[in-house]
Amino acid sequence: MVITKVNLGGLEMPTPVATASGTFGYGFEYVGAVDYTKLGAVTAKGIRIDPWPGNEMPRHSEVPGGLVNAIGLQGTGIAHFLDITVPWYREQVKKEVPLIANIWGGSVEEYAEVAKRMGDAVDAIEMNVSCPNVKAGGHTFGQDPKVLNEVVSAVRKATKLPLIVKLAPNVPSIVPYVKACEDGGADALSMINTIPAMVIDIEKRVPVLANMTGGLSGRGIHPAAVKLVYDAHKVTKLPILAMGGVYEAKDAIEFLLAGAAAVAVGTATFTNPGTVGEVYDGIVAYCEKHGFAAVSDLTGNLDL
Amino acid sequence: MIDESVKVVEHVEIGAGYRYLVLAAPQMAARLQPGQFVHVRVPALETSALRRPFSVFDAEDGKVTVLYKTVGRGTAALNAVKAGDTLNVMGPLGHGFPLKCAGVPLLVGGGYGVAPLHFLAKWMVKSCASLTSGKDSASPLSVKLFVGGRTAADLLALDRFKALGVEVFTATNDGSAGVKGLVTDPLDDELVKLREKGETFELFACGPDPMLKAVAMRATGTGSKGWISMDRHMICGVGACYACIQKTVRGNSRCCVEGPVFAAEDLVW
Repeated sequence: MVITKVNLGGLEMPTPVATASGTFGYGFEYVGAVDYTKLGAVTAKGIRIDPWPGNEMPRHSEVPGGLVNAIGLQGTGIAHFLDITVPWYREQVKKEVPLIANIWGGSVEEYAEVAKRMGDAVDAIEMNVSCPNVKAGGHTFGQDPKVLNEVVSAVRKATKLPLIVKLAPNVPSIVPYVKACEDGGADALSMINTIPAMVIDIEKRVPVLANMTGGLSGRGIHPAAVKLVYDAHKVTKLPILAMGGVYEAKDAIEFLLAGAAAVAVGTATFTNPGTVGEVYDGIVAYCEKHGFAAVSDLTGNLDL
Repeated sequence: MIDESVKVVEHVEIGAGYRYLVLAAPQMAARLQPGQFVHVRVPALETSALRRPFSVFDAEDGKVTVLYKTVGRGTAALNAVKAGDTLNVMGPLGHGFPLKCAGVPLLVGGGYGVAPLHFLAKWMVKSCASLTSGKDSASPLSVKLFVGGRTAADLLALDRFKALGVEVFTATNDGSAGVKGLVTDPLDDELVKLREKGETFELFACGPDPMLKAVAMRATGTGSKGWISMDRHMICGVGACYACIQKTVRGNSRCCVEGPVFAAEDLVW
């Protein structure tokens, strides 16, 4: 029997396969189509303090190898999340599947406030730092190591939960951002967020998305994500939750060998909700075939 | 919700790019309600391609029938599916038409928008048989369908509606069938007659957005109930991604969960 449980910075995951934020609603929408016993954690859709309407339509465009989306973080706000969503999740889904709350805000203070109000209602917090810092001219928190360190430190002080920071891929080098998270007191990293992208309707000569630009996810971003996980793992002991184009076990195993402790399935679920189960089965089969006693033995285990 | 692989029983072109796709899906057929949709994985597309949502034309005797038009890459690839092939289908999904019998049912369809209206008409004929079309409780249910299209070739499945006993009114932009004009032309004539008779009615519509808006306005304008089935590009189909938004009085609602059928008075255009 392969040991499948992994520890992600204090978050005990029964399996190494999670869902990626924004692709799995608040965790209960796929009941009936997903085998939750094979899930290591569910990451809920992003939550801020107040409800947020999101972007105008159209919000997505299918592209070769994936999807460009600009949903715009539509969400119900922390009060509804705590009062309605989390209890409903616990009732609908087996309690053994840990719930990770993904949080975001427009200022350092907002991030800290959401984290604080989360209390211990969830099992871990993942910070989305790819949204604009409204107070600092709209640059995203995740693209300035100093600002990133500031927001991570503030959230660290506001919560005792395992703290995961989700890194943006569009930086010249991931290293200073990894260090900023380490110094700020993060327990784990998740990577990668979507890659900024744009689709144009050439007949109308307008961008397809109402938001003009969006984020690319799906198969096409997988090799880029593997490289960033590899780069990050080389310079940190923080466990990494890897995501970006996981459609089958091979994709997940690549992430683990590059240095990830666990993986998340995102866009693939839209096409095939069975992906999480298939990825889990394939990782276990790989460990059996290659004589690994535990999934955690795969982490960073490249034969260089 | 079920996520299952099912056999294609029949896949036939009925002209002008429109096709019936019949699936052997007993569990799905038993659970589907008029106005709900199924989310189909198209086998000929790449493995990362998104599913395509289709409203249901009929669900009976273990079979689910979809009536679709080839409009893009997904439906073009779906054309290649043959009887005997396997298709992966998720469903039943979404919030369908209200299953109650009240007032004279006026169904308004544009093009392949008649698909969910056929399933609805079938349910009404079966379940609302005792409903009156007037004050005489002995008269049979009278379901009326108003259907519009660019040309006669866009008026679909009229024989199937007529076989149910539905009274059909047609309109085409080019006058090749029925009234030359919009589907709201014969509809408005009927609304006048009903008002003169003092009869209450409910509107049920599916089709292009401008037609839906026109029908919704007639419902809210007359203080009548209107049930509007919206067609939006979707990603997940289960309420997880928030891509298929329709503006309503409650804010940004998901077409795949709060819809695709919305109450006319809730819609914000």
